[in-house]
Amino acid sequence: MNKTIKGLLVAVAVVAAFAGGAYLGRASKSKVVITDTSAGAQYTGGFRAEGETAEQVRASMAAGSLRNVAGAAGSQVVVVKDGESILQAVKNAQPGTTIRVMPGTYHETVYIDKDDIRIIGVIEAGRRPVLDGEKKLNDAILYSGNNFVVENLEIRNYKGNGVMGQAGNNFEIRNNVVVDTGVYGIFPQLGQNGVVEHNVVSGIADAAIYVGMSDNIHVAHNEVFASVAGIEIENSRHAIVENNYVHDNAGGLLAFVTPGLPIKTTQDVIFRNNFVVGNNHENFGAPGSTVSGIPSGTGVLIMAADDVVLEGNIIADNKVAGVIITDHGHAANITVDPESEPNSDRVRLLDNVMLKNGYDTIPEGKALLLAEGKGGKALDIVRVGPSPGSCIINRHQYVTAGVGDFGECDFTNTDGIATYLLPPVPPRKIDPSERGKVAYLGICSGCHIYNGRMIGPAVQVIQALYLDNPQGIADYIAQPVKKRPDYPEMPPQDYLDPETRLAVAQYMLQVRN
Amino acid sequence: MRAGIEGLLLGLLSLLATASPASAATASGGGFELSQRCPPSFELTSRGVCEFRDRYQLYDSLQGRGVGGTRTSLPPHRDGFTPQQIDLGRYLFFDPVLSGDGTLSCASCHRPDKGLADGRPRSVGVDGRDVPRAAPTLWNVAFLKRLFWDARAESLEAQALGPLFSPVEMGNEPAKLLKSLNGNATYRRLFGEAFPSRQGAITTDDVASALTAFESTLVSFNSRYDRYVHGHAAALNDRELEGLNVFRSFVARCSECHTPPLFTNGEVAVIGAPEPKGRAFDAGAQDVFHAPKLRGGFRVPTLRNIARTAPYMHSGAFTTLRETVEFYNKGRGNAVPKGEQLYLHWHISSPDLTEREVDRIVDFLQTLTDETFMPQVPERVPSGLPPLDNPVRTASARPVANSQGAVR
Repeated sequence: MNKTIKGLLVAVAVVAAFAGGAYLGRASKSKVVITDTSAGAQYTGGFRAEGETAEQVRASMAAGSLRNVAGAAGSQVVVVKDGESILQAVKNAQPGTTIRVMPGTYHETVYIDKDDIRIIGVIEAGRRPVLDGEKKLNDAILYSGNNFVVENLEIRNYKGNGVMGQAGNNFEIRNNVVVDTGVYGIFPQLGQNGVVEHNVVSGIADAAIYVGMSDNIHVAHNEVFASVAGIEIENSRHAIVENNYVHDNAGGLLAFVTPGLPIKTTQDVIFRNNFVVGNNHENFGAPGSTVSGIPSGTGVLIMAADDVVLEGNIIADNKVAGVIITDHGHAANITVDPESEPNSDRVRLLDNVMLKNGYDTIPEGKALLLAEGKGGKALDIVRVGPSPGSCIINRHQYVTAGVGDFGECDFTNTDGIATYLLPPVPPRKIDPSERGKVAYLGICSGCHIYNGRMIGPAVQVIQALYLDNPQGIADYIAQPVKKRPDYPEMPPQDYLDPETRLAVAQYMLQVRN
Repeated sequence: MRAGIEGLLLGLLSLLATASPASAATASGGGFELSQRCPPSFELTSRGVCEFRDRYQLYDSLQGRGVGGTRTSLPPHRDGFTPQQIDLGRYLFFDPVLSGDGTLSCASCHRPDKGLADGRPRSVGVDGRDVPRAAPTLWNVAFLKRLFWDARAESLEAQALGPLFSPVEMGNEPAKLLKSLNGNATYRRLFGEAFPSRQGAITTDDVASALTAFESTLVSFNSRYDRYVHGHAAALNDRELEGLNVFRSFVARCSECHTPPLFTNGEVAVIGAPEPKGRAFDAGAQDVFHAPKLRGGFRVPTLRNIARTAPYMHSGAFTTLRETVEFYNKGRGNAVPKGEQLYLHWHISSPDLTEREVDRIVDFLQTLTDETFMPQVPERVPSGLPPLDNPVRTASARPVANSQGAVR
């Protein structure tokens, strides 16, 4: 316990001593301001697809379409049965394939480096397909392709992550049970437009659900428990985290900027209508990990993230505090990054239900309360470190420390923002000439120039030979034969697919310099 | 019929070959001619400048930052130089006249036969002594936002002048450099051709621009790994694929900082790598950013062509790739000197990889090799000194005079 206190809130006492007088002064003349949230302005600071109105977003969400960010399923279906390999099915699959996985036990790492693959478990009378890493395998599902869907699996006993994304866009991670999969349960990273919903994740040594460096994310209806952190939104923008049951973790909901990453900001995160209850689990985070510094008993932790809105959450029985708002300066095990802005700007605390928080808080929390003339055994909201532009409504409901200078919010609800998800982002249309050009310049130009000898013959010469026959070039480069005694034999370019080979041939035939 | 045409065209070909400007520079006696053609992977635009083209440009990346997974676009980069500026940069790069005593060129420490590094634990400067750190590879430097191991330069121009005027590296001084270049008729003409709008004497800015132009063309995106990314599943064998998956797993976590497609995220990281025996601790980025938490921090290096650039780490503590991977596997902080308190990066963990997994990572790293667009070393450079570096230096650790008679 002592260790974790030191980890995150090392300098709180110093701040309290410094700022105590000011807090006291404010606390003594505060008056109650009651705001009616059934009326009032809506939050508009969010994000919509270009040209879309809030009404359109709501309508499309009501129709359910926006949860299907990966687009329509293709017609190809492959069935994997107990004793077979899911990975082999992925390797054999063309984009657009749905892989149905029957109940059974699978010991493998399944990686997906192609687009439009769906791995859908079939649940028979409660029996799921189980991916079991037996604490020997690293990750269960590792995808880098776009439009990836994974549903209905049970994933357990891996050492790294349950489901890990590396830059895939338009992903749907749904209805999975993830138990003790190492560092993270579900970890989409560097992706845009994704849904994580209806998953049950537990026993994770860092965050059960960790959205890292991603934009336009929806995390909803998940149960996360018995982990160091419940749901973490880190260096990400435009995320909604709603209707989740977050209990029995060391820390419940986190919005962080972690310094030293290539994406520098966390902005526009809505935490709403979540149950954040009893997050008093022992912190078993790995030494040196960011989450190892979270005091066990933290409901919501906002560190250096901007424009975080808390609305409609039930935050109860978190022994250190319901909500902690802090900055990089107060976190001892966080590095520095000149490009990372260290403060939690514009935190917006709308109406939330807070019960029984902070009954066994850390000494630094007590010191802050004392400095404001507040004794007792409760702490709902505590702020340490600068948090410019932040606001709170109906503050009289809560036991607070350090939010005396927060203003009243100029909106009372987020009803106008149903989701930040986008319609399935269509694959980028690549003109064949563009494909041909980049392949020609990126590969062929290493050996061929227009009008001279380099390693291979001049393009002019090739043009004269093949005139109107691009297919001839496309075929030749796949399996070249030695033609010229005074030139080295061309290496095969069969790693280019037929479409690219033809595109590059067509481009080559019209090069003029 | 076809054979006939081909015979005819072969004749045409040899004719064209002799007319090529690239060979003219080396063929004729006096003249140095600057190429009018962009290097491979660059397109000559209607504005007359060379712009980078590669298949990675067909992809996107989050916030355009160029970090992610397999089919991810590249980060912002430098290009837009003319063919003449690039070729002038090449002559300068290989010309020992840039060093104070005429013994070293840029290429002495960024050697074409050593993966554009130099194969030494630490580079050797003009006086024959070790400089503090290793020469990093120049492959794909156009994509880096910060240069030097300690991330102290924010542009290639700023970087280029660093070693040039460092007394322990190339040991030149601005006035002396400009005197040599302005005193050389060939350089005066070539700078005039490369920078037609400039007037008066050659400046250090011109030198930095030309070197930047050349260095920005050192691109490597045609490795076997890249073939795999672009859709050729068979480009990597089973061992290499296994290695890729360990590399990007969240147990090893290599790809969290060595992020594809560049295999660096460009950030500074404190990993606690050791100094070779007998060398003092190197504070790295701490001094640059005046940040105690960055003590021992260094810029994450690219892993492209990593198999070509041994030894490894900022001061060459490891001679093989396997030793280097093993360092990460020996546990968080295993080489931090007693008494040093470092804020080790959170991804530096104790992954406990098996020997087999370590081997597979090394297998995978070999697939990042691609030097197909290695520039040609000029046969001669305008100063008349031997290109690349001056043999005087290799003959004696303490050269007293260069070929121009200048005493150091």
